Amino acid sequence: MSGSDTALLEIEDLVTEFGGAKPFLGKAQRIVRAVDGVSLQLKPGQALGLVGESGCGKTTIAKTALGLVREKSGTMRLEGRVVSGLSPKAARAARTTIQYVHQDPGAALDPWWSIGHALDEALRIHGVTDKAERTTRVDEMLLAVGLDPSFRTRYPHELSGGQQRRVGLARILVLRPRIVILDEPTSGLDLSVQATVLGVIDELRRRFGLTYLFVSHDLSVVERMCEEVAIMYLGRIVEIGPTKEIFARPQHPYTRALLAAAPRLEPGSLNDTPALPGDPPSPSNLVAGCAFRPRCAFAAPKCAEARPPLRQIGVRHLAACVRLDEIGADNPA
Amino acid sequence: MLIVKKFLRDIPAVLGLLIISAVCFIAVFAPILIPDPDAVYFGNIIDRLKPPSAEYWFGTDNLGRDVFARVIMGARGALLVALTVVALAIAIGVPAGLYAGYTNGWGSEIIMRVTDVFLAVPQLILALAIAQLMGRGLESAMAALALTYWPFFCRTVYSEVRRVRNALFVEALQGLGASTSRILFVHVLPNVASPIIVRATIGMGFTILTTAVLGFLGIGAAPPSPDWGLAIAESREYLPESWWAVTFPGLAILITVLGFNLFGDGLRDLVDPRLRRSR
Repeated sequence: MSGSDTALLEIEDLVTEFGGAKPFLGKAQRIVRAVDGVSLQLKPGQALGLVGESGCGKTTIAKTALGLVREKSGTMRLEGRVVSGLSPKAARAARTTIQYVHQDPGAALDPWWSIGHALDEALRIHGVTDKAERTTRVDEMLLAVGLDPSFRTRYPHELSGGQQRRVGLARILVLRPRIVILDEPTSGLDLSVQATVLGVIDELRRRFGLTYLFVSHDLSVVERMCEEVAIMYLGRIVEIGPTKEIFARPQHPYTRALLAAAPRLEPGSLNDTPALPGDPPSPSNLVAGCAFRPRCAFAAPKCAEARPPLRQIGVRHLAACVRLDEIGADNPA
Repeated sequence: MLIVKKFLRDIPAVLGLLIISAVCFIAVFAPILIPDPDAVYFGNIIDRLKPPSAEYWFGTDNLGRDVFARVIMGARGALLVALTVVALAIAIGVPAGLYAGYTNGWGSEIIMRVTDVFLAVPQLILALAIAQLMGRGLESAMAALALTYWPFFCRTVYSEVRRVRNALFVEALQGLGASTSRILFVHVLPNVASPIIVRATIGMGFTILTTAVLGFLGIGAAPPSPDWGLAIAESREYLPESWWAVTFPGLAILITVLGFNLFGDGLRDLVDPRLRRSR
């Protein structure tokens, strides 16, 4: 992809592995490659959706970008500076403009601490020593996410799911980040609350000029919130491009299957929803060639030869499949 | 105040709390509660081994000292020793457990293997050996007990920290850039506090018992201190005729230890209902 000078965050060929550590008096753990050569670009003000099945490495990318998990190789440039290859502590310090909202913001709050106390602490960690300033900033941010400042005295377990999301957002937005990673921001919420939370998220983006990395497996949410989508399968990006384009003309067989499997609000439509056969294979036990091959409806012998690289198929639209030209004709979506 | 209501329904635990309160009251106001403070150390040798009477409620011992006065004064020493020992054991065991639980690697392994060694040797035998090495006296008995009791705290804290360490809020704090010491002492410690409090309460009773055993064996308090264990040791040769000189200090130990154990059990049930009456 081009335009590296305009990207806010640029990830190039990122690899993250788990395991391999040899415990004292124990057997070495086996290595699992959770993220395998991922390249992404986040432009200022953009929302990029990261979609894929559970265990495909979405959250690992998010945590690696944040600096919680250390990358094995690859380069990360934040606002033009290289922030990869650092020790975990230095990496986190260099990436303070990236913040992360957890999938379960209720559990991400210390159950013993009130909301105000927790938000105040976030500012204290970031070196805001003036108590009056911290108080104003916390109150402002609670209002910005649609909560009354009286919520300061509440405890995490006293909040509803939607309120917990808002607190989770407020907690990191007081730190004035530029990039916010949202991990499944709507999981576990009922539909009406989902809509409100998404509305808040969208409004905050415009108000504070935020850039979002939107991790989700909910396609409808991604379609609504993001300008670009990256589809992941087993640690790799199989298709990336503008949301409209991908939802209208999915190219990779996996993207097609995902879109076709999404439940629709039409009576009886579940019966003719083609489910993807088989289980998602484990990243610790990969097949040769294309990782999607065992479940792909279009698999051919040549798919086993090598890992398919991402190929340009449209304006900013890339897909990783060797049979794109052959299967393009009978597009089912 | 749901938690208070729940506690009040646990009759043995309330009984334990009442006993502890009574013992603490007695310890604090000991000099006022006894008729003659001098009778603790100076007896009337003519009145030796007198049975319980209106003048000597619990009788007198072989040196003619008032057993009632000595039992009352003994509460002070027993509580002071128990508090000191448990405080010292917490001071060593809790930071060690926090560190070992939160980190992986050599430091953690070494702490836990040392803990295992301490836990493998019966506490009383180990305390006897350490106290013997350091010489006779209450201080060395306390040091020996603290040195043998910290591994219990270390183990408890270790396993609790292992559980809390993987909680999402710890990861969220790491994500916010919080320092390890902030996470450990400001967030993890309060979350693992309840088992520490339970362990400390039960440890108080246990320490009083062990101190009495050490006193009985001649390692703890030295005469003429009104130590309960020492009193039993000094008076046991006059059994069974002069039963009172042994029985009343013994009852004092029994009741105090029972109080702490009942209260500790109740606290544990309150904190973790899954462990109800499982010992």
